[in-house]
Amino acid sequence: MSHDEGAPRATGFTVLTHEHGFHARPSILLTQLAKRFSAKVWIGLSDNGPWTDAKSVARVMALKAPRETLVFFAAEGSDAADAVSALVRLVQSDFASSKDQ
Amino acid sequence: MNRNVGIVIVSHSPDVAKGAADMVRQMVGKDVPLAWCGGNPDGGLGTSVDAIEKALQTAWSDRGVVIMVDMGGAETNSEMAIERLPEKKRAKVVVCNAPIVEGSVMAATESSGGSPLEKVRHAAEELYPRM
Repeated sequence: MSHDEGAPRATGFTVLTHEHGFHARPSILLTQLAKRFSAKVWIGLSDNGPWTDAKSVARVMALKAPRETLVFFAAEGSDAADAVSALVRLVQSDFASSKDQ
Repeated sequence: MNRNVGIVIVSHSPDVAKGAADMVRQMVGKDVPLAWCGGNPDGGLGTSVDAIEKALQTAWSDRGVVIMVDMGGAETNSEMAIERLPEKKRAKVVVCNAPIVEGSVMAATESSGGSPLEKVRHAAEELYPRM
């Protein structure tokens, strides 16, 4: 994670409650949401990293985060705070839209 | 005009190609131009340049198209189908070196966020370095 001095930053975390952890569909939804923000967004399984690019679906899937894991988000850029709160909400909603199908 | 990069899935087996396309539609959604083809004209396993050419037209996007292939002839026939395109379009099509199912889903996810052709290709190939 490289820091751009002066850019707004935000962090947040939540518990991954999804039945199967970060399997394919949740990873895709998370990545798609992250891409809507201009901020750089990272995801990690501890508050000091290692940090993974949350906009890379291959890398998010490769995290293989199981259920009941703490998931941490960090973002940097003008909409960093919005990005982190949106991602936290997605995980807390148990990837709500994934149940639409 | 489609605003997202298109995906064409080419397998020797129509069932594999259709199955991979179903996974893209159900997991990623409908924001990505998508087409698939598989099997030879006699109904056996194989790939056909004509069918790939048609799939390229179906999934065409001015932002480009990535072709996902399974093995051997799927790649060479895809390259032949690309050569049939007008020169301006040729530069906008790439064949990805990635597993056909996982690569299709990852490429489509990247495309659905509006990424350009090179980023879509990179997403498909990211975890599978060229041999």
